[in-house]
Amino acid sequence: MAILARRGRPENKHAAAGYMFVAPFMIVFAAMFIAPLAYAAYLSLYSSRLVGGTVFVGLQNYTQALQDRQFLSGLERIALFFLIQVPIMIVLATFFALVLDSGRLRAPRVFRIAFFVPYAVPAVVAALMWGYLYGAKFGPFVQIAHDLGTAPPQFLTSGHLLPSVANIVTWEFAGYNMIILYAALLTIPPDLYEAASIDGAGPIKTALRIKLPLLRPALGVILLFSVIGAFQLFNEPQVLQPAAGSVITPAWTPNLYAYNLAFTDQRLNYAAAVSFLLGFIILIATYLVLILGRLRRRST
Amino acid sequence: MNTGQPGSSAAPSRRQFLAGGSAVAAAGLLAACGGSSGGTPKVAKSVNPSAMARALSKPTQLTFWTWVPNIASEVALFEKKYPKIKVNVVNAGQGLAEYTKLRTALKAGTGAPDVVQIEYSYVPTFTFTNNLIDLGPYGANDLKDDFVPWTWGQVSKGDKVYAIPQDTGPIGMLYRKDVFDRYGVTVPATWEEFAAAGTKLHQKNPSISMTNFANNDAGQTFGYAWQAGARPFALKGTGLTVDINGPDMQKMANFWSPLVDSGAVSTDPDFDTDWYAALTNGTYATWVTAAWAPVFLQSSAAKSAGKWRVAPMPQWASGADVSGNWGGSTSAVTNQTKNPEAAAALAMFLNHDPASSMLMASKQFLFPPLKQTLADPAFVGLKPSFYGGQKVNALFAEISKTVLTNFQWSPFNDYVTSSNNQIFGGALIAKKPLSAALDTWQASVTNYAKQQGFAVTK
Repeated sequence: MAILARRGRPENKHAAAGYMFVAPFMIVFAAMFIAPLAYAAYLSLYSSRLVGGTVFVGLQNYTQALQDRQFLSGLERIALFFLIQVPIMIVLATFFALVLDSGRLRAPRVFRIAFFVPYAVPAVVAALMWGYLYGAKFGPFVQIAHDLGTAPPQFLTSGHLLPSVANIVTWEFAGYNMIILYAALLTIPPDLYEAASIDGAGPIKTALRIKLPLLRPALGVILLFSVIGAFQLFNEPQVLQPAAGSVITPAWTPNLYAYNLAFTDQRLNYAAAVSFLLGFIILIATYLVLILGRLRRRST
Repeated sequence: MNTGQPGSSAAPSRRQFLAGGSAVAAAGLLAACGGSSGGTPKVAKSVNPSAMARALSKPTQLTFWTWVPNIASEVALFEKKYPKIKVNVVNAGQGLAEYTKLRTALKAGTGAPDVVQIEYSYVPTFTFTNNLIDLGPYGANDLKDDFVPWTWGQVSKGDKVYAIPQDTGPIGMLYRKDVFDRYGVTVPATWEEFAAAGTKLHQKNPSISMTNFANNDAGQTFGYAWQAGARPFALKGTGLTVDINGPDMQKMANFWSPLVDSGAVSTDPDFDTDWYAALTNGTYATWVTAAWAPVFLQSSAAKSAGKWRVAPMPQWASGADVSGNWGGSTSAVTNQTKNPEAAAALAMFLNHDPASSMLMASKQFLFPPLKQTLADPAFVGLKPSFYGGQKVNALFAEISKTVLTNFQWSPFNDYVTSSNNQIFGGALIAKKPLSAALDTWQASVTNYAKQQGFAVTK
């Protein structure tokens, strides 16, 4: 737009109109996003103590965070979570989308809504609900195990917590991702299917050879969302905390850690630094996914 | 983090028979004790009755943050006495939720209430940052002798009074008479007997635990430590003594460790669905808990009515009679108030006026810190059928007198609470040695305190 503006008067008018159109967004964007971000960046360069007040410490908060075992173990946990949960979720979502699209279901709309409903349940409510289902003493699974005389499953112990949380997140988002994939499937031109069937491809072959390859862009989008979602994991562990007690430590995920640093430990400055590092890591991860997608597209 | 969660909203009330001679005078006190209204609230020095009276008779708006349900009735008493003052009651959340908002407002320099409910354990956290004004100049010191001594120790330093005690949680033991009878267990008077009874119970029925030591409740950990004589924190200026792994803390840890190991004591998180169910169906044979618990239990484990009884907290030495405190709140005045006289008057009136105190005890079931209410027959005479007609209030009123004084909290209770859950609670869940957990905890808190600039000694 700057170039346009330099060109001469007639365009100037248009340029002004353009600025006016984007202004509402830019103002809110600057006030609600850029300004807090800048303020957090500023905070992260200081250290504020109960005794001695606030002093400028430069990048010390960052170097400290990079050596902070709690922060790093939270990152490891979340990476593991990502590696386990995201593939399962994407496979499930793809499977459901293909089933829906196959046209072989009796009441496709009912199924579509049924798959999608968990996404409509707020994450907090979902976590509360699962907190009850996972209950170690009187949750339904434990009671069933008790009635059957088998060992009760322990969902909320430190060894099983990660899969338990992964299960909640999968339940919440598989349906949402399915809808994205299903929408993508609907855009595939029908003549491709016709051609395939003329060539003698059955439904399974059509799914594998036609639908899946054409789903690739949508899958890329889902993967991108999942990277960001996984690394920002917060609601579920936060809400499960009362039921799981000390198993969910304040640094269980990096996001939870930043929150607890700010609001429990009163270390706002360090929390700002941790948040920035986390944001930076998400940025890198997102970029990697994008590059990966581009490389693959080029190779095909 | 459940510290004081139930404590503050669902406390039972009981008082004892000490004649509240000063109580009649109490109502009059407020009018008599004023703060000099000359300077800013922080430099107010002396009592000036006429200035106080003048301030209380001019139109004033106060904001009061509290999570006590239906406190409007007590506030109405205040507004009736001082018709020019209007109090805007706001529920800004319970415990931590409120403190988070309070802190934000305090940091922002605007938006904090005049009067605010704060738990005992958090009073030093907010006084250290100079956010609570000294109520001494407004006459708070004259109320001292009307409150149970240990509660005054929690809210004051010398003649500086930073909050007025609202409700308390002296610890006793609720136990299931049905469970005790079925397995032939007698009521333990000492911790030694408690351990023996627990082992016996658990052997006879492995699904029963003698009690539950919550893995997420610093109020419980410190309440028990308090009774054991532990004094984990002492603050002098910016010098802080941290002694979380001292001998008395170790004594407590080493007592519970084997019981947790054997399964005789469970370590479930408290105020959680499973925990409520366990209290209802007799999975926990006892709950060594605070004076707010009896009424709380009546509503949250209603189906177990008639099966519970109350006894004093088991003792470390036979024949001893000491207790600790778990939960309870205060009313404090923030340094953002523009009407310190009226705000101080409200904080004092709510908790010191006999009618208001009695109302809190009988309507909100807060266990009172005021001697007069603790002696009122209408309070101590109650015989709830939930406890087989036992005079529960009377017993806890006696216990309140045995709570050890001079227990101190750290100036950063959020961190201490959260590290309790993580380190001590973590060891409880994993059945790891609790005394080793104390060492880790000590190191962690020491490290935090140093980071915050305190000169830390042990």
